[in-house]
Amino acid sequence: MNEKIIEITGKAVPLRGDDIDTDRIIPARFMKCLTFDGLGQFAFYDVKYGEKGEEKEHVLNSPDFKGHAILISGRNFGCGSSREHAPWALKGMGIRCIIARSYAEIFANNCSSLGIPALAVDENIADELLKMVEDDPAVDFSIDLLGKRLYSGNRTFPFHIPENYRLALVEGRWDTTSMLMESLEDIERANKRLPAFID
Amino acid sequence: MSQNLLNKVWDIHRIKTLPTGQDQLFISLHLIHEVTSPQAFGMLKERGLKVLYPERTFATVDHIIPTDKRERPFDDGLAEGMIRTLEENTGENGISYFGPESDHQGIVHIMGPELGLTQPGLTIACGDSHTSTHGAFGAIAFGIGTSQIRDILATQTMALSKPKVRRINIDGTLKKGVYGKDLILKIIADLGVNGGIGFAYEYGGEVIDNMSMEERMTICNMTIEGGARVGYVNPDEKTYEYLKGRRYAPKDFDAAVKEWKKLASPQDAEYDDVYTLDVSDLEPMITWGINPGQALGVGDRIPEDADEQACAFMGFERGQVLKGTQIDVAFIGSCTNGRISDLRIAAEVVRGRKVSPGVRALVVPGSRSVADQAEREGLHTIFKEAGFQWREPGCSMCLAMNPDKLIKRELCASSSNRNFIGRQGSPTGRTILMSPAMVAASAIIGRISDVRDML
Ligand code: SF4
Repeated sequence: MNEKIIEITGKAVPLRGDDIDTDRIIPARFMKCLTFDGLGQFAFYDVKYGEKGEEKEHVLNSPDFKGHAILISGRNFGCGSSREHAPWALKGMGIRCIIARSYAEIFANNCSSLGIPALAVDENIADELLKMVEDDPAVDFSIDLLGKRLYSGNRTFPFHIPENYRLALVEGRWDTTSMLMESLEDIERANKRLPAFID
Repeated sequence: MSQNLLNKVWDIHRIKTLPTGQDQLFISLHLIHEVTSPQAFGMLKERGLKVLYPERTFATVDHIIPTDKRERPFDDGLAEGMIRTLEENTGENGISYFGPESDHQGIVHIMGPELGLTQPGLTIACGDSHTSTHGAFGAIAFGIGTSQIRDILATQTMALSKPKVRRINIDGTLKKGVYGKDLILKIIADLGVNGGIGFAYEYGGEVIDNMSMEERMTICNMTIEGGARVGYVNPDEKTYEYLKGRRYAPKDFDAAVKEWKKLASPQDAEYDDVYTLDVSDLEPMITWGINPGQALGVGDRIPEDADEQACAFMGFERGQVLKGTQIDVAFIGSCTNGRISDLRIAAEVVRGRKVSPGVRALVVPGSRSVADQAEREGLHTIFKEAGFQWREPGCSMCLAMNPDKLIKRELCASSSNRNFIGRQGSPTGRTILMSPAMVAASAIIGRISDVRDML
């Protein structure tokens, strides 16, 4: 069992745009690594830095949003490569929850395996949240995965998250290995029944 | 109404419903490579777990391997380290490994079918999103992250929700010079890069029926670019013909074929959605933007409502026709279009011609056996005489984790599958996706060209 992830509070980073792919979240050249430690420094590297390593003018570089734990973005977030390096890089930069209009499936799956809630919100809510944060970077959010509500001040917003991911997070079953190992006998039967590969 | 292939294969492999509501699915075949697996073995070790059924996992090296010099140790210490780690992990755990010296080394999605590992009715997973390729054989195949690689190594199962199935009917006949690559780019452009989220795509119809296994692989390969994690074609005589006699194909082949035939979706199979496309008028497709859905016919104008950020990055304008635009690099290869039929088609275009001065042109065979076959047919000579570099097998400039990269703002005509910002190794480099025939034509002319003018 893992830590139960029920409530997340924090400030947010507004990252506008649709179809932000995992190559952009972590360029392939930073995947030459044997562990996922230390990937945070390379998150969105080419978005944040120019060719000579100089900082670009970008919301991800703005001191106003440094260290914020919630990332807000657009449609089809995390599309492209299946690299789990992407959510690890986000985790490494301090992101503990993502709010976007929708997600690529493998990415959503990878986030869940790491205990990062990937919440989907309707277009008007995404727009409103982005605007709120751009107007006031210090605005606080609180995410309640039991009540399925996002709070900020006296406002509440609904979000969607596939029920299986939500349960995995709130029940502390997001690291799936131990749950899967409970059925080793059934697995052995399937292994005997299903075709093998004979050289 | 009867069950479609996906539902049947799912039921055969389903262990149970998990407390979270997902299914626990048995994975018949697990493929691994050097980039996404080391952390999974690390996690396993940390927990004191071992690989449950090593005979169901097969490994090769593709993403990071250099395609020019193959002497060990590789110049890039990090690449050497990652490949050595895979060698240790497979060695310690008794996993079959097709390394740099092997006759079967290659891009993992080319290796699987070649060895006959990819078979109808299997569930196949690999830590790589283009695992959908294997669906061309009527397998249910999908990309996974590293935590799931760990799950499969430890339990041969993973937690997954069953997708809905969208049947995609392709009617008509493809014109000369129009290929599977053009077709899948068209499907993605029509349905959108996120149109397939929550779906598996079942491809069928007369165009698919008439396609070779290799072209079907190209289509299934790029399914993930349309947001669908799984794409498949029902197995048929071509599938069985392709597999017969391959190294890991079932020994009692006729009995296996009998079982496979039962799995194909019948005429009256039920689907959650159906999409039909007539491709008789389809032109060779090229991308203009920064995702594979931003594609158009080679003679078409960039739409007037085209995404501004994409245009700005590419340096193109709305309304512009890209045909005639100068290119810097031409890349033929990748798991989308690095198979022998792709090289034959490209060589036919190139034969007796010269690459335009100033264009850096590479052919990277998808696997050692593709390279060997091409060399037996003399294709390498055709390419070399034209001025193409003939390389060793690997992913190469598809994702540029090895030394093959774009430089600065270079514009690349590429037979690969992703035109994302930075994908080909330079943060400002630009990619135009197209068929290998179109890349060959563009390399010769030095500009984005319509291959039909050269056939
Ligand atoms: S060729 Fe490209 S898409 Fe295919 S496996 Fe290699 S890197 Fe991935």
